[in-house]
Amino acid sequence: MVEGQIPFELYETGNTKKNWNIKKIKTSHKVLTEYKYQKNEIKKGYANRTLYVNLSTGKIKEKKVTEDMKKKFTGGRGFGLKLLWDSIKPTTHWDDEENELIITTGPLCGVTQYPGSGKSLCVTISPSTGIICDSNVGGFFGPYLKFAGFDAIEMQGKAKDDIVIVIDGEKGKITIETALEEETDSHLLSEQLTYMYASEENEKSRQKVSVVSSGTAAENSYWGCLNFSFYDIRRKIPRLKQAGRGGFGTVLRDKKIKAIVVKVEKFDGVENNPADPVTLAKIGTKLHKEIRDLDRHQCNMRSVGTVHLVEIMDEYDLLPTENFRFGSFPKASNIYSQEFYKFFTKIIPDGCWHGCSMACAKTVDGFTVMTGPYKDQKVTVDGPEYETVGCGANMSIWDPSWILEFNFYCDTYGIDTISTGTTIAFCMEMYEYGILNKERCNGLELCFGNAEASMELIHRIARGDRREFTQVAGKGVRRLKDWLINKGWGNKQFINDCGMESKGLEYSEYVTKESLAMQGGYGLTLKGPQHDEAWLIFMDMVNNAIPTFQDKAEALHYYPMWRTWFGLNGLCKLPWNDVEPSNNAETDDPSKVPEHVQNYVEYQNAVTGWNVDKEELILQSERCYNWQRAMNVWLGKGCRKNDWIPYRSMGPVTEMEYKSRSERYDNQLVEKLGYSENKIEKMDIKEKMNILYDFRQDQYQKLADAVYYRRGWTPNGVPTPQKLKQLGMSDPKMLKILQKKIDKDEKAGLNIWGGKYSIEEKTPSKDLHYWKNGINIS
Amino acid sequence: MKKAKIVKILKFHTEMCNGCLECEKACSQVHFKTDEGGEKSAIQIIKNKGLYKMIVCNQNGLCIDMCPVGAITRRKTGVVSLDKNTCIGCQACVGFCPFDGMKKSEERIEPFKCISCGSCVKACSEGALELIEVKIDDIKEVVYHKQEA
Repeated sequence: MVEGQIPFELYETGNTKKNWNIKKIKTSHKVLTEYKYQKNEIKKGYANRTLYVNLSTGKIKEKKVTEDMKKKFTGGRGFGLKLLWDSIKPTTHWDDEENELIITTGPLCGVTQYPGSGKSLCVTISPSTGIICDSNVGGFFGPYLKFAGFDAIEMQGKAKDDIVIVIDGEKGKITIETALEEETDSHLLSEQLTYMYASEENEKSRQKVSVVSSGTAAENSYWGCLNFSFYDIRRKIPRLKQAGRGGFGTVLRDKKIKAIVVKVEKFDGVENNPADPVTLAKIGTKLHKEIRDLDRHQCNMRSVGTVHLVEIMDEYDLLPTENFRFGSFPKASNIYSQEFYKFFTKIIPDGCWHGCSMACAKTVDGFTVMTGPYKDQKVTVDGPEYETVGCGANMSIWDPSWILEFNFYCDTYGIDTISTGTTIAFCMEMYEYGILNKERCNGLELCFGNAEASMELIHRIARGDRREFTQVAGKGVRRLKDWLINKGWGNKQFINDCGMESKGLEYSEYVTKESLAMQGGYGLTLKGPQHDEAWLIFMDMVNNAIPTFQDKAEALHYYPMWRTWFGLNGLCKLPWNDVEPSNNAETDDPSKVPEHVQNYVEYQNAVTGWNVDKEELILQSERCYNWQRAMNVWLGKGCRKNDWIPYRSMGPVTEMEYKSRSERYDNQLVEKLGYSENKIEKMDIKEKMNILYDFRQDQYQKLADAVYYRRGWTPNGVPTPQKLKQLGMSDPKMLKILQKKIDKDEKAGLNIWGGKYSIEEKTPSKDLHYWKNGINIS
Repeated sequence: MKKAKIVKILKFHTEMCNGCLECEKACSQVHFKTDEGGEKSAIQIIKNKGLYKMIVCNQNGLCIDMCPVGAITRRKTGVVSLDKNTCIGCQACVGFCPFDGMKKSEERIEPFKCISCGSCVKACSEGALELIEVKIDDIKEVVYHKQEA
């Protein structure tokens, strides 16, 4: 398929054809609840109501979106936080009745003119972390949910048996129907439901349906992801994008939701009724032109998607290999982007929402499955993306075919590739040291590079294998660490240093050892260690552009706020800085991409009719960011001890790691710690490692000090009532909760700096109660 | 389905053009039922260093593979055509056309383009425009680019 310009009716994927009796399956559905609603026009990006569904009681209702709600929470993830705040208790556990699964859109979601405008934002209490998790995802569901009439859907309670929720935007009707006959795994289920609910038997009708589903492994692990479908009229299958992090699929299946289906009657380019469609088309077209002219010289997203990062990360010693022990590997070139380019289907507009010409959602069609229940079938694999390839490296799997196999099964079983890959990599390291062995892994030889054993573990999880190791492994690194320690297998500190999780969530695939700011980017976060709040490695490590704690803290204020903004609006971050205007390097602040920031100012104004500037965009985020942290405090977390990160993300845990980069570490002992070269030569490696260990741990605490100060939080990392009031988030109940926590911390002596400062070193402020007068540091 | 092999495209004889823009007016009549020309015309005549230049679609079909909803197809006549009922107004085709052959008017969100109808040819009293037949295989291009080394 390389010649291009093939009429879409003639495209062939080469996939195995399915033979289902869709009508029979549909007839088996029993409608449990039906709810009719008045169809409304969307006004300037908002449907102005949200949908509430209770699966225990069958109650369905509409909630109004007020102007106050827009002002405080903007939309998207912000709305998710607001709805969750109104519905749960501080004691709510992920699998409690009152926990909600919320999918939101955002005022710019569903715009087709500006690339990257179709993101849904999911919010829930996560099984992995016990706090709020948010995850953004492409696919058609978010835009269609809004076009069907709702800015968000919240699902509470649990159904008795498997059900589907159907939002019919054509008829203005919502139903909850039993769904016992369908498949559970996403690549099959999404196709069955797309065909089942399309109004007519043609491609155009199927394109107006989107399905959210998960899979069998989500039921038996904490890694469950949500698959959001987007029907591809050329491939004639629904393709899938994942809300991966934090266990959303696990929550979905715990509620016995098999899928959520939405369909729309129609949509055109101005379904959002933007205030100024002319400006919108102009700025969108400008970006299309930039992508056309510059992408091939910059990130090459249109050719290989995010996989272009693999070779860059390997070159800069940032590609996690063997459970983050190293940042590069001799075999890494086997999984560079050109190796995946050979597999990708070419000349198809690969956007996960219409109009995204960045088109990073690459796909392998006709892939022959090698293991498990779908062995020998030919399927479409959505991806891999960089993170999934990074998981391959982390498990020391250097064969693109096995990475595709891993990618396919994680997706269709409904589990997050990142959490799965990072957990298996941890098991493999433990296996290497004998802390785990074949017997303890129920017969699996989980040594580095054993792709077949990794796949077998995943299959066992999907099958609901009850054996101890399968049960624990599927709950992720934190539970595995506790299990190993409780069994008395291995040294406690060593296990804690190696297990790559923070807050209960597994790390995503970047080595952060040499970038303190990026350690903060992973640790000083709301939901756990992922790269969507900040990606500062190049700025910090390669360009040394943020040398002081204050500089790093400023970056760890600005970037998390900036990046949060995309999630409030239903946007993808990639078109912000994965293509940059040709004169970007000459601007005042190239890493912010000022011209694109201005695009977003104009974009939000053009849709909503507001008159905001770039400072207001940051304020929109600051409101929600602080609110989310405050909610985490309410849930009993959200302070310094919860921002702990494992030493593997800070420095060399093992002698092997130190030795492999000994020149680097020895130099640092001289340059940063003032040891003489003579002295270093005489020290043994253990002594040097201990010095580095203490130094880097202290650096991280000092970074936390500076960041909390910059964000206007207490030295224990708690958002203050003063700060929230300043932001206009002055819900008395929340202010009281925070004040109570701060008073408690004060009594416990926790409102102190975490770093050990020498006389020459300055703390962020002389006054430990700097926040009390509501200082405005911005 | 029989594939078209030949397509009619516009040829411009710059030396004969007097800049009257009657072609644009005729074109906007076809697309928007108005004789405003300008941004409502799929053909555009501009003066560049004393010479007139034509900007119009050459039917090479680059945009076909850009369209996420399959609104752009090559018709039996070989002409590349945009179905505005299917179009969702994303402007990807407008942005990606290397010679601004896909047009967008402020009047509506869906772009439009030359359909080789010949109205402009008829409207030109100087004979500066001509529809000529070319082999599609000779002009066809695909958006996708190979990875750079």
